[in-house]
Amino acid sequence: MIYFDNAATTLHKPPEVIDAVVHAMTAFGNAARGAHSGALAASRTVYETRVKLSEFFGCSRADHVVFTANATEALNIALFGSISPGDHVITTDLEHNSVLRPLYALEERGAALSFVHADRQGCIDYAELERLLRPETKAVVCTHASNLTGNRLNLSRIGAFAKKNGLLFIADASQTAGCTEIEMEAWGIDILCFTGHKGLMGPQGTGGMCIREGVEIRPWKRGGSGISSYDTRQPAAYPTRLEAGTLNSHGIAGLSAALDYIRQVGIAHIEETETGLMRRFYDGVSAVDGVTVYGDFSQAARAPIVALNIRDYDSGAVADELEQYYGIATRSGAHCAPRMHRALGTVEQGAVRFSFGWFNTTAEVEQAIAAVRRIAE
Amino acid sequence: MIHKKGAQLYVTFYTSADAMALERACRAAGLPGRLLPVPRSITSDCGVAWATEPCQRAALTVLLEQAHLEAAGIFETEE
Repeated sequence: MIYFDNAATTLHKPPEVIDAVVHAMTAFGNAARGAHSGALAASRTVYETRVKLSEFFGCSRADHVVFTANATEALNIALFGSISPGDHVITTDLEHNSVLRPLYALEERGAALSFVHADRQGCIDYAELERLLRPETKAVVCTHASNLTGNRLNLSRIGAFAKKNGLLFIADASQTAGCTEIEMEAWGIDILCFTGHKGLMGPQGTGGMCIREGVEIRPWKRGGSGISSYDTRQPAAYPTRLEAGTLNSHGIAGLSAALDYIRQVGIAHIEETETGLMRRFYDGVSAVDGVTVYGDFSQAARAPIVALNIRDYDSGAVADELEQYYGIATRSGAHCAPRMHRALGTVEQGAVRFSFGWFNTTAEVEQAIAAVRRIAE
Repeated sequence: MIHKKGAQLYVTFYTSADAMALERACRAAGLPGRLLPVPRSITSDCGVAWATEPCQRAALTVLLEQAHLEAAGIFETEE
């Protein structure tokens, strides 16, 4: 199988990641639960991974790196822990349901939402941020890159807007963590939510959030913490405040190995490679008669994603054709991005998303171009 | 029979992450000690403590400050 669904999860992982998980599953006790060698082995790995992530994302406090099961959980913790009834939140049409659904639930509880609209290319007008500002605006929440088009948002620019207006800035790095450099504090991000199993090439069930010092988030879940057992409340100190329950230390061990791998290869090299594959594919299919590509490819930096349709064919039928006759795995349909599809005018047809990863090759891209051409004939 | 530890200095923490951070800092600085369950005589908590010799108090205090770590408490026992 040629795997071009890396925006959903990276199927191919560095062997070191698998080895680390296997080792952890044979050696780890429960992190932060006890002081025997197995528990401490897990605790040490979990802490070392916090340190690596804080350095990786430009977060000055390792103890403000909180582990979650995925980016969706991190976003729920961030949003429900910081937005209250009466607050106004600015977000964008580019968002995934991992941002939208928590926001819609908060809206039902009395928060107000405004959307920066995307045009037919999936681009936003940054000036709209200023126009949407209200006295009760509490936060800006947005993705770093659309999971449908690959268009990136300029987080540094949005961070400057948030700082200027005293707003909390929550960023969703699901499509960019591990694919490009992120400097959360330098860019003015207060809470960076990420997943471990996509660009970071770690195991599924890993993810988290980096929190800027001084940002207070209410606990979203409460329970065992390994400390302060007789206290009736969830401990106040980060990261324990937001990490009730046993951590996925087996997965975190894999994520730790993945971070080592990325550091060894170099994130700039990874970005250059994935971007090169994406651009080669775009160049190969965009001029094919009957192919419509979505998104803004004039952007110098974008996520390694190309979404397209072929003639008026159902996107699901095209994805099935690619899998059954060409052995190419893609993702069709709505991609949990309803507002983005509305902006692109693809609600009915959906789109076929090709998303590229570190382990893909130019030869695979050439096969995919040939397959698209054949289907479009 | 339980082995006696002798006089010990214990540092307790608000989070497990802080305990791990102090262990890391002590290893890097070459300070002796180890993580163990918090003695019930200190607290009814179920967390871990950094245990070392009482003569390490001054060095540990400096290290905690340098590492920006807040100890929940520092205790000496004469066991």
